[in-house]
Amino acid sequence: MSIGLPLHTHAAIEGVERVELLKVLTPEEARGSHLGETDVLLLEDEALVRRGGGPIRISSLRNPEVVGPGDVVRLRPGSSLVSVLYRRGSTSNTLFATERCNSLCLMCSQPPRDEDDSWRVGELLRQVSLVDADEPQLGITGGEPTLLGQGLADVLTACRTYLPSTHMHVLTNGRTFKDRGWAERWGSAHPDHVTWAVPLYADVAEIHDEVVAAEGAFLETLQGLYELGRLGAAVEIRVVLHAITIPRLPQLAAFIYRRLPFVRHVALMGLEPMGFAKSNRDRLWIDPADYIEQLRAAAFHLADRGMSLSLYNLPLCVLPRDLWPFAQQSISAWKNAYPEICDGCVVRPHCGGFFASAGPSWRSRAVRPLKLEEFA
Amino acid sequence: MTDLGRDRVLISSDFGDYALLSRDEADALQAGGQGLSPTRRMDLAARGLTNVSGAVPDLDEAVRRTRKAFLLEGPTLHIFVVTLRCDHSCHYCQVSRAAVGAAGFDMSLADADAALDRVFEAPGRDLTIEFQGGEPALRFDLVRHIVLGAKSRNADGAKALRFTMVSTLHHLGEADLAFCAEHEIQLSTSIDGASALHDHQRPNPSRDAWARTVEGIGRARAALGEHAVAALPTVTRAALNDPHGLVDTYRALGLRSIFLRPVSPYGFARKTARVHGYSTAEFLAFYAQALDYILKLSAAGEAIEEVYAAILLRHIWSPFHSGYVDLRSPAGAGLGVMVYNYDGLAYPSDEARMAAETGDKRFALGRVDQPLDDLLASPAMSWLAAGAVAEAIPSCDRCAFLPYCGADPVHHAVVHGDPVGDRAASDFCERQTGLFRILFEHIDKGDPETLRTFTAWAFRKDRREVRTSGFVER
Repeated sequence: MSIGLPLHTHAAIEGVERVELLKVLTPEEARGSHLGETDVLLLEDEALVRRGGGPIRISSLRNPEVVGPGDVVRLRPGSSLVSVLYRRGSTSNTLFATERCNSLCLMCSQPPRDEDDSWRVGELLRQVSLVDADEPQLGITGGEPTLLGQGLADVLTACRTYLPSTHMHVLTNGRTFKDRGWAERWGSAHPDHVTWAVPLYADVAEIHDEVVAAEGAFLETLQGLYELGRLGAAVEIRVVLHAITIPRLPQLAAFIYRRLPFVRHVALMGLEPMGFAKSNRDRLWIDPADYIEQLRAAAFHLADRGMSLSLYNLPLCVLPRDLWPFAQQSISAWKNAYPEICDGCVVRPHCGGFFASAGPSWRSRAVRPLKLEEFA
Repeated sequence: MTDLGRDRVLISSDFGDYALLSRDEADALQAGGQGLSPTRRMDLAARGLTNVSGAVPDLDEAVRRTRKAFLLEGPTLHIFVVTLRCDHSCHYCQVSRAAVGAAGFDMSLADADAALDRVFEAPGRDLTIEFQGGEPALRFDLVRHIVLGAKSRNADGAKALRFTMVSTLHHLGEADLAFCAEHEIQLSTSIDGASALHDHQRPNPSRDAWARTVEGIGRARAALGEHAVAALPTVTRAALNDPHGLVDTYRALGLRSIFLRPVSPYGFARKTARVHGYSTAEFLAFYAQALDYILKLSAAGEAIEEVYAAILLRHIWSPFHSGYVDLRSPAGAGLGVMVYNYDGLAYPSDEARMAAETGDKRFALGRVDQPLDDLLASPAMSWLAAGAVAEAIPSCDRCAFLPYCGADPVHHAVVHGDPVGDRAASDFCERQTGLFRILFEHIDKGDPETLRTFTAWAFRKDRREVRTSGFVER
């Protein structure tokens, strides 16, 4: 079983008097960096050290591998926790915008909390200024990031300033874009460098609204998608596959192609057994082996029409071979793990894999190790 | 709502969404929808086919604009009739040709240049210049002049130019073909059937039209590449009896696409209707058989396409217009096509100029030296406009095939004397609805291999790339 590097570790920390976001650099890289002494933790033999501002010293890291050069870490006064907010070289770095959300999806993996966390905007702006300027892609997630209002526009503007070549991938339910003024403000903050990834769960309101537990959400999201299309924004549609979305998945694919032909990409995603999904298992669980027919019907409808398509979170052994070209190995390293049954599987290095937290009850009965002979 | 027979009914929306219903479902829908199954009710709601309000008006409007986006492009197909002379004396075409030695049937350089000015007045980016005749190869010097003139006017690359030429290929020498290759001029020729049939219908002085065209296809392929030559038949009564034979002739020549179009009712063809003509019903029976045969070959893995079915399927399934100027609403006449005749007159379509050759002068838009805007504001255009919008034509507005069809005011003006025409007596309508019926019957039947072929055709894919059609709306 392999689990990726955690994002937190403990250490002996001295000198932290307020929340600090700092860039970890080797002394050599720091000399060539545009960042000042107050922004940088120097990675020395025994410790991480800030020279400028109030001196800070971090030593005796419990897991020294967690922190590496290029990373951005957060330190809090009175805490021994070192949190990695940005990891150089990771493909899944995100800016966590807010815990608030205006939907309450049945399968939410990150259940929202209704607390004012607008303080995050300041941290996000600081974080953006510390990310590597050559970072190819950065996500923005939540909660619903657009609930930051002007704060989201400010964060995107900061990305435009500090990370002009970084592509931003923003997860939003799209509802707030129904307001043209806001759509234009967010859409123009960093044009041509943002993909708006919007979930759509059915071609009819009654199912979509049931999934997101918000009446009227379907029409709001469609109006929001229209506004994004009108702005020429890059839009990705995301569909989580479960017992409520599967029956109309093929019809949803047709709806996307005919009504939203400006969409650049469609992502079909296996259910993450996290958050609300666990408590709603009875309503949501369907063995992927039982929805292959609908998945193929939808996938080929889109692919045949030239729509770009990806499948996420589905092990290769469950998918028919003709869907493999669409399958992505994408689950964040910390989530990706394989049960014993996968031992000896020859395609494991290419597999979308499993969530580390998933027990056997979340595993398709079709899971099995693939042998080399099957490819002869 | 259109009855397809056998208790099947087609309904469609302005946006081209459709559903194939049983008679019971159609009755339930008309009674308010309560009797429909939940799945069916959702299908129809999602496709905007019920009265349930649930749509987003802005999104609907965007879909409508997307379907009609061609309107902003102006004329995109510019046909140059560089000469009316031709050495063939095809029975169905005699009035739109002149003898090889005849004087006064070639386009002047001044008119060619003026016509090029019109081409570059068109607002669209993607422009096609097509050479026709007569036999345009008899004046390949003019073809060269126009191609080079167009390229020099496009030195800034503002337009994406495409060139095509309709030719028997008999008179294209090696240097001409090299020019075609250099400037990527697509060649289109006619093969009416097997050699005896072709030579009978398309007599040339040496009585070897078929052999020389086939030889020309070979030379053109060698010079321009395997896919540089397309061919299409004019289907006459003689071909009608043997749909498989016609398809097999194309296969034997290595032609992978075939455009099964009926004999044109324009020009001379109307006068020889008794010899060459046939009823629309006879054509549709022929078409259905030929299509079945082509579908069978496709299912067996052969690369072969019926071009008109591909166009209609694109209209049925795609949210974008196919770009085909001969089937759209508002009609392509003038708005999508301009024809610059050898005599310096401009016409809204090829058919209009052929009708004019028979003496009907109402179709001329003006002369090529008048600005494009003037030509489009001509009395002829105003006259044709009455029949140019299918959505406004009585009985079309109730037809479920309307979103995939088009208007043909020139045809109706020629045949009925009036651009609106009478749909009940319109062979255009009978043919179009007949073809749509054939295609929708296949879609309704849902044979997986047929749907796979249709999907490949509609979305311009190699059939081998289409593993399965995926979901198809019913």
